[in-house]
Amino acid sequence: MASFKPTKIPVYPKLGEKVTQDTLYWKNYKAPVQIKEYGAVSNIDFSPVAPHNFAVTAFSRIHVYGPFSQEPVKTFTRFKDTAYCGRFRSDGQLLVAGCEDSVVRLFDVSGRVALRMFKGHTKAVHVTDFTSDRYQILTGSDDYTCRLWDIPNAAELSTYREHTDYIRCGVTSKLNRDLFITGSYDHTLKVFDARAEKSVMTMDHGQPVESLLLYPSEGLLVSAGGRYVKVWDLLKGGQPLVSLKNHHKTVTCLALGNNGERLLSASLDRHVKVYNTTTYKVVHNFDYAAAILSLALAPDDESIVVGMTNSILSIKHRKHTEESKEIMSQQRRRPSYRVFVKGKNFVPKPDDYLVSKPVKEHLAKYDRELKKFNVSKALDASLEIWLRKKKPEITVGVIKELDRRGTLKNALAGRDEEQLSQLLHFVIGNIVDTRFAPIILTAAEMILDIYKSVIGQSALIDQQLLRLQNILESEINLEQELLEVLGMLDTMFATSVTRKEVPYSDVGRSNGLAQGEASSSRPELQAT
Amino acid sequence: MVEQAEIRVVHQGGSNITFREPAISSDSRFLLCASGHNVKVFSTVTEECVQELRGHTDLVTGVLLRPSNHLQAYSCSADGTVRLWDFTDGILIKTYVIGYPICSIYASASHDGVIFIESVSLYSDKYGNRNSLLAVHLPQTAGQLVETSDLSAVLSDVSANPATVAFGRAGEYVASTNGVQLQIFFFKKQKFSLKENSCSGRRNTFTCVACHPTDDCIATGHEDGKIRLWRNFDQKREYTYRTLHWHHSTVRALCFTPEGSNLLSGGVESVLVQWRYQQESQQDFLPRLGAAITHIAVSPDGALFCTSHSDNKIVLIQSCVKVSSIIQGLVKGEAVQTDLMVDPRSKALVLNGKPGHLQFYSLQRDRLLFNLDVVQQEFIHQEGLDQFQVVMATLDGAGAWLATVEERKQETVEAELNLKLWAFDEPSQSFVLNTTVSTPHEVRITAVTFDPAARGQTSLLVSCGRDGLFKAWRLAPPAHPDDGGPSWTCDFVSGYHGLTPQRCCFSADGSLLAVGFQEVVTVWSPASWELLLTLSQPPGIIRDLCFGRLSCSKFLLGTTSSDQLCCWNLLTCSLEWSTSMEVSLLLADPLSDNMAAFCHQDGNTDLFVFKPSEPRPLFSQKAVCSGRVSRAVFAPREVALESCEESSQWLNRSQLYFLTICIPVFSPPSQLVVDDSVAMTPFQLLLGKRRPHHQAAVEDPAVRPRLTDVSLLLQLLQSPAHVLPAAAALCSVFMEALLGVATETSDPEEEEEEDSDQEMETRATRPERGLLETDSADPVLSRAQVRELRRVRKLDHSWFSSLLDS
Repeated sequence: MASFKPTKIPVYPKLGEKVTQDTLYWKNYKAPVQIKEYGAVSNIDFSPVAPHNFAVTAFSRIHVYGPFSQEPVKTFTRFKDTAYCGRFRSDGQLLVAGCEDSVVRLFDVSGRVALRMFKGHTKAVHVTDFTSDRYQILTGSDDYTCRLWDIPNAAELSTYREHTDYIRCGVTSKLNRDLFITGSYDHTLKVFDARAEKSVMTMDHGQPVESLLLYPSEGLLVSAGGRYVKVWDLLKGGQPLVSLKNHHKTVTCLALGNNGERLLSASLDRHVKVYNTTTYKVVHNFDYAAAILSLALAPDDESIVVGMTNSILSIKHRKHTEESKEIMSQQRRRPSYRVFVKGKNFVPKPDDYLVSKPVKEHLAKYDRELKKFNVSKALDASLEIWLRKKKPEITVGVIKELDRRGTLKNALAGRDEEQLSQLLHFVIGNIVDTRFAPIILTAAEMILDIYKSVIGQSALIDQQLLRLQNILESEINLEQELLEVLGMLDTMFATSVTRKEVPYSDVGRSNGLAQGEASSSRPELQAT
Repeated sequence: MVEQAEIRVVHQGGSNITFREPAISSDSRFLLCASGHNVKVFSTVTEECVQELRGHTDLVTGVLLRPSNHLQAYSCSADGTVRLWDFTDGILIKTYVIGYPICSIYASASHDGVIFIESVSLYSDKYGNRNSLLAVHLPQTAGQLVETSDLSAVLSDVSANPATVAFGRAGEYVASTNGVQLQIFFFKKQKFSLKENSCSGRRNTFTCVACHPTDDCIATGHEDGKIRLWRNFDQKREYTYRTLHWHHSTVRALCFTPEGSNLLSGGVESVLVQWRYQQESQQDFLPRLGAAITHIAVSPDGALFCTSHSDNKIVLIQSCVKVSSIIQGLVKGEAVQTDLMVDPRSKALVLNGKPGHLQFYSLQRDRLLFNLDVVQQEFIHQEGLDQFQVVMATLDGAGAWLATVEERKQETVEAELNLKLWAFDEPSQSFVLNTTVSTPHEVRITAVTFDPAARGQTSLLVSCGRDGLFKAWRLAPPAHPDDGGPSWTCDFVSGYHGLTPQRCCFSADGSLLAVGFQEVVTVWSPASWELLLTLSQPPGIIRDLCFGRLSCSKFLLGTTSSDQLCCWNLLTCSLEWSTSMEVSLLLADPLSDNMAAFCHQDGNTDLFVFKPSEPRPLFSQKAVCSGRVSRAVFAPREVALESCEESSQWLNRSQLYFLTICIPVFSPPSQLVVDDSVAMTPFQLLLGKRRPHHQAAVEDPAVRPRLTDVSLLLQLLQSPAHVLPAAAALCSVFMEALLGVATETSDPEEEEEEDSDQEMETRATRPERGLLETDSADPVLSRAQVRELRRVRKLDHSWFSSLLDS
């Protein structure tokens, strides 16, 4: 006697993206805080010291926000024109910014007036940064030059005129006070040593370089330009390591997250992509409302700040474990483990007489009813599960099983208004799902056949039937449109693919020869 | 001396063991059941076949314990004999020659020396041939072969179904039903008490009948699922009946327990129902027995029930609650839809069996090894329900992967299709479901095949569908590392001018894939999925495709529906040769470069074995079997043979098994179709066991039987004394036999010819030898027999003289 085989509930592949560790990590942020700035947000920089304020450069102002404030804690407005690249020094005391008017200004974060003004560039300065010894400033400008300045006496130390186009990004080494790297619209990245006259290394990115990023170890350099993000190995003399092409518009900004294990790239295509830095595969993707110009992550990924062309600054703060724990504690306390193992781990002694008890198989409620051939009750039980868990697979599985048994009609018939409306509710909710459509269509036809005589007796049922009709009509229209699109695509593909000729076109001719040959008069084999 | 290596077809088992009701021995240790031409004795404890009673030359149609001796059993057969056996030792005691084909056999304890048989053509009246129940008085004569002439008709016009006759209370009366008529015949009064067309209506035809052992009560089963209990039937008018209704369709079997306390019934629902006698409202059920119940038998002590099922299975049940053992034969579905395959691991034959299952059948042991549940759904026993059927199955070269296609036809909607891929699991030694693809093709699948390359590392499956596409499925690692093991995904889809692909075939090294699109054969490269070339031989649709193996791997063979066998050379891309023959089946031996073709002609099937590169066939045999060969397979041998004869060399490394469909002579009205799998082998290996020559004796029963047969002689010498007839009666026969043997052994040049007593056996076509064989009508001894005889003569015969003295 075989045991009852439970109804097979098909397992459908989960649609959408897979839930991975990364998705969980990067989804664990609160709803974004949006702040309107005065213009497109061109740069965001976090202060390296706690409480990690961040400077937001937008149009002719630099706002400094506290980690949780929605109002700027400090504003620098002494710019004549658009400000660029407001950056903190490594002690968080000073802030430097370039400007369209070619003057570089140095601020004290607590003051308002510029401490120093560095004049010497002839065009807008888009790149400013402090060197690691804190006493010098690197600037890069649209006049194709990059310069080093001494802070105390505001004097120019050296000028490099190697780039042949605008310099739009640059980064200084955090480990060596003399090294810095610039990227330019002439497609090249250049590594300079302040002790040398010329650049020490040149790499060709292939696109106008928009952003640069050094790994904390400073062995690897990441550059973004055009649609490409490229990783270079500096220790191997600037050898290209990977080229990533995951955006479909220019990549504008780069950042490192998760202690340097993830790389983030922001682009004009409104996406921020998160890469795994060991495999360089995209592990997560953020969507924003407008083209992104700047991106920065707070230390420990406490917040993600994104500035966009529509002058919106979006700040996402990380959810903390205390808050999620609160939800956990609200759940019902389950019986302890001890309850379940009670008596299970008893080891019988050798001379004990064992009374074997048949293991009671557990069946779901609908299976228990199916076993007893109670088809209507089985359908009711499965509908109940759908209402409770919102999982239509089980209900569809039971309907399929009833159809296989040839008793679906019996199960659907003989329902009162409430039961029927529940059933119709299910049908309306799932009839357009392609996974379930074939069987639910059969069931819907049966329902209409059975209950067509009672149409007009109940307002509720009539309303549901009308809704069903509307859904079906819109679905049919949609499918028709899709078929039209498919037809168009087919013609396009057919014209784009060149037809390949089949070789051996003379095969058919040679085959026709041996029609009447008997097996005995077969020609001798050719030695081939 | 070189042993002769004649090739012949041997019936290799798989016969129906549930054709007739089995009998349980009185100590409940053995179960006897008719199985083809033999009677098999199974142990009820170990499920092993302990004895096979061979002797009948036609289908055995009934087995019965002898009421007066519980160690003996009668068996009747369509060859017109009733044989009495000692079933514990497997000895034939007596053969009663009736002379008419017998349908069934009955006996009752009160009629000593009388058996009742049901036979066809004794009294044929104006209604044509009708079965009649005859009483046969068994003569108490000595001798093994007894001619019985004392026949007397009891009932005429009996239904051919043996379940419709039952003997009541100590043999006082016999109840028989036919159609809507119930007849009860009392032996003492010699009259019918009830001859009533009592059940009017369309669907209450009688199907079976059972009589209470101690009470005057007859239970009848009906087509509408009702059971009626008849009482008071010795009065003409005042009979009464009571109706019990649980079954929703035909009651197939009814049986009272020996004490009469319970009534057992069964039918299509495959539920054994136990009704308490006199308290019929109380029932016990034993559900989900697997298939429709066809017979129910109870052991004489009432402790053991046994139900026969339509899937060739006998279930032994202890006291109606526990299934104690299952004896399972080769499951015969309506048709073998999957191809025959040989599992490379277990060397078992794989084919579809029970609905939704795949059976693994051991050819060596003639036993079902296990059933693989492919569909994994509760089977609903109801007639007219569309069930899932396994229509396609294929194994890869190493037996590591199994692909199955299941299908459920529906009238309104298109068929539901599932493609399942199973991985062999080493720890559990069975197949575990890996991937399920629902609706792999829009319409039905016509062929599936695995890539044979790289043994044990198959990663490519090709399926062809009626939707004009063929798809390649590849074993792919999971997209995410935490998704578990690898699974199969679709790799490539293609068609050819919208034609329907019918066949696909990989070359032996897996470098080429041939797909037959109606009239066109396309050859693809699985590495790049490029169409390499197309071949065609119009008119005629490609039916079979096969690549040559080993030295002939440059050839591609195909058969077309216009009766052409074509061989293309793939190097020159041209037709090498073609011949006009109606090939119903073409297959290649995986271990050699031979191909076998079965040709259907005039109701018979011819077999040709050939090499694609040689002009002459290696072997050919006309009329291998009657009827169409539906499936065949080459099974590799465990040990390769060293045969030097040219005509049998092709069988050195593998055996050819094929499956035919034939209808036995004695088919019950429900058109039972028996398909037998047979093996063609050099006979000296497989036919170590010899069959006695009964045919001569049967044909001429007047002649005193000569015990020329050595095996009978051996049986006689080995059988215990208490079951033998009187020694005085035996002596002269025995002596004569020995003398005869001695004279015949002096002629060692005589070629042996084994007249097959099985319908499936046919001789090999060696024309010159064939003539010789047909001349020798009298059975003569083979060398093996002579050798055995010499061994017999070396035995100590001193007991014999003492026997003579007594």
